[in-house]
Amino acid sequence: MPEPGGRAVSSPLAAAGAEPTLDRISAPGRAAWSLPPLDVPAADLDLPESSAALPPLPELSERDLVAHFTRLASRNFAVDIGAYPLGSCTMKYNPKVADWAAEHPGFRDLHPSLPAELSQGALEVLLDTEAILCELTGMARATFQPPAGAAGELTGLLIMRAYHEAAGHPRRAIVIPDSAHGTNPASVTLAGYEAVHIPSNDRGMVDLAALRETMSAEVAGLMLTNPNTLGLFEEDICAIAAAVHEVDGLVYYDGANLNAILGVARPGDMGFDIVHSNLHKTFATPHGGGGPGSGPVAVVERLARFLPGPIPVRLPDGTAGWEVPDNSIGRVHGHQGNFLVVLRALAYMRALGGAGLRRVAERAVLNARYLEHLLAGAYDIPFPVPCMHEFVASAAAIKRATGVRAMDIAKSLLDLGFHAPTVYFPLIVDEALMIEPTETESPETVEALAAAMLDIAARAATEPDSVKGAPHRTPIGRPDDAAAARHPVLTWAMGD
Amino acid sequence: MDFTPHTDADVERMLATLGVADPAGLFGHLPAEVLLDHPLDLPQPMAELEVMRYLDGLAGLNRSGLVCFAGGGVYDHFLPPVVRALTLRPEFVTSYTPYQAEVAQGVLQALFEYQSMIAAITGLPVANASLYDGATAGLEAVNLAVAATGRRVVWVSRALHPHTREVIATLAHTRDLAVVEHPVVGGRTAWAPDAEGPPALVVLGQPNYLGVIEDYGAAATVARSTGALLAASVDPMLLGVLRSPGEAGCDIAFGEGQPLGNPMSFGGPVLGVFATTEALLRRMPGRLVGRTTDEAGRAAFTLTLRTREQDIRRERASSNICTNQTLNAIGAAVHLAWLGPGGLAEAGRQSIQKAHYLAGRLARVKGVRAANPAPFAREFAILTPVEPAEVVSAMGERGYLAGIPLSGDYPELPGGLLVAVTEQRTRDELDGYTAALEEVIADA
Repeated sequence: MPEPGGRAVSSPLAAAGAEPTLDRISAPGRAAWSLPPLDVPAADLDLPESSAALPPLPELSERDLVAHFTRLASRNFAVDIGAYPLGSCTMKYNPKVADWAAEHPGFRDLHPSLPAELSQGALEVLLDTEAILCELTGMARATFQPPAGAAGELTGLLIMRAYHEAAGHPRRAIVIPDSAHGTNPASVTLAGYEAVHIPSNDRGMVDLAALRETMSAEVAGLMLTNPNTLGLFEEDICAIAAAVHEVDGLVYYDGANLNAILGVARPGDMGFDIVHSNLHKTFATPHGGGGPGSGPVAVVERLARFLPGPIPVRLPDGTAGWEVPDNSIGRVHGHQGNFLVVLRALAYMRALGGAGLRRVAERAVLNARYLEHLLAGAYDIPFPVPCMHEFVASAAAIKRATGVRAMDIAKSLLDLGFHAPTVYFPLIVDEALMIEPTETESPETVEALAAAMLDIAARAATEPDSVKGAPHRTPIGRPDDAAAARHPVLTWAMGD
Repeated sequence: MDFTPHTDADVERMLATLGVADPAGLFGHLPAEVLLDHPLDLPQPMAELEVMRYLDGLAGLNRSGLVCFAGGGVYDHFLPPVVRALTLRPEFVTSYTPYQAEVAQGVLQALFEYQSMIAAITGLPVANASLYDGATAGLEAVNLAVAATGRRVVWVSRALHPHTREVIATLAHTRDLAVVEHPVVGGRTAWAPDAEGPPALVVLGQPNYLGVIEDYGAAATVARSTGALLAASVDPMLLGVLRSPGEAGCDIAFGEGQPLGNPMSFGGPVLGVFATTEALLRRMPGRLVGRTTDEAGRAAFTLTLRTREQDIRRERASSNICTNQTLNAIGAAVHLAWLGPGGLAEAGRQSIQKAHYLAGRLARVKGVRAANPAPFAREFAILTPVEPAEVVSAMGERGYLAGIPLSGDYPELPGGLLVAVTEQRTRDELDGYTAALEEVIADA
């Protein structure tokens, strides 16, 4: 059997000594920059609001600059180094052909104000991606303005509000399950709504009876992730959507977990009206250390007139152009969102095609179900329902027996060459470890990850202090977060 | 093609372990009515080479390679190869948000350095680790000020970027905020101190959307007299030349950060710059990286003041932002470190000098005149006798992206065209642009 890949031996992260910040390696008079001399006659401009002094930036040679950022890179884990089973984040492999696309000068160097006649290729990218997204989700039209998932949520909620306002009354509340991502309630507040939380039942799913009780003419809609944040498919989804529609509410699909159902089931067929997709999760665009993402929002036909304008459209003459929908909620981004991220996603979607996209869901679920199977016994699996692309395990029993917590297990995994799973989320599971292996890890890697987690569970019993002290082999140990918050040092000037 | 490593034998072995007959069986517990009973109408898979040919073909439908005179926040500055080489390191590109600080010191330290350098150029004590873009950063400034003052009116200059005003308007409607637009006279904002108020925030562009250098003092006086916070949308590439917003008395500086380290990218991904005072720190939107130590006393960086954020504070968070523009911020940090104080000042100075040279040349073109008399920096508005959209189209045929037509956003400037210049434009290009415009106007 092949050896497992996907495990980072610690050497790429071994850089033990701290790298000084740029201000510490700056020397007055050094410079990396060069520019040609000014080739027009210099005018004596005497502009108002001119600065008397140069800004206090560091001064470096290019060689030092390169060494500095290369050493920083060496102190960072990444998908390209090893497996990254971070639940809810879908840290799959990011194909290099998409990097090539995003660096293509014919896209990368386009100014956003180019008129449609000079940017037909960019418009075609948006239209093609829209068509694929709409087919995958069962929606009719989409906007690419939202630059991330949370922005997509806000956009979706503003569309809900516009829909209800058009019917005479914006309504007051948005219903969200207690297992929702934190961005859901935060977006609800920004959209001027009140979040109403409903509990999960003992199967980890929306409690249908409780949901029905919250329904009223003041409910603007429901936000739901499906599979939910426990990695479970909401089995009552059609009844849930029907209950919301009964009061003329709208049903919003948080696309965080779309990876699980590509080509298998569609939000539109389940009764969802608005769907955001995280291109940086499901469609393999790299997460960039925290962004850029892309959170396009797709809607059913009757909501298309509210989309943020302008949106790309096919014109009667066959060319592509821009159009502001009749009842547009207005802009939610300065331009067309994170266009190059959309382009990367298109490269991925086109490479996989319909068959490949369905295979993604099958293998994502296969890997997760297999890993869950390998860990059951050592870790509690709180809900008796087959998982989809991820699952939540609980370290509650381990904690009771040994004092070792979910966070300690996560930190120990870092020592063993894997990234940690998501911990303490969703909030409804005690000592939660949310694990998403993704479809791009091989079975050998999944087995090595399972072996590492089983090893940690065993060591929790025999040498709990070692596990609680982890990580031991990373560039730094656990940071003092309390001190960081008590005395914030957010710039090097504050530290002096 | 796909990117899953499983062989048929792997799949069979794993399914057998799970006691599932075939891949479809993995979904056997889903309600039958939601399962697709047909393959989706999606394109056939492509080999990598086919994907590249396909996208290359689409790129060919764009008129790329035009000499760029368009700005409006997104500028064609010189981006040295070293910036891309370092920013695109896979350790930065393919990592997640640095929640596990022990294996994310690279991204965390780069963001700390970004925050430090944004604070340095804006003259404000604290900057966050990036927002989406300049327009949404403007919205966050409004949200911050409304929360900090409890007031529900915002004063914006009509010369603030139209897209920023539109994004603010989208949310103002929902949140029942009144946005009062203050007029532009001769290119500069004419603040009306007796407008509906009192405002939570006074917002100007510096330089404003028309390229004009505003009077910080006038805006600061209005903000002081009404008890409002003051925010400036700045062009970061000019902060080696122009007074910093912090020095000018602003409480918030925000702006489109694209000129720092990022290609134009058809407008995204770019980044929103955001800096403010220590008094407003606890209301700052977005992520913040702080310096601390680890258990062994080693220097360490970590995400901090997290209780402002949505995953902790949920519906009471200072913003809903989670994913931001980290990689773009790293690009900005590398670029700022490459420029240093001298390079930032020289890139700004050359952009301004060349803009003035071009403005002088264009003033001599028959039928063209300056839209307003006020002093400008690296961008300026001209009025042409030909419809600006037609000018852009005809100039496109001659190899130039002539600028951004203004008449849609500013009907009071018929024939208005916004022209931007960077240090990259050569004298030949400036002269060529002038000659081409002369031709276009003569032909019309």
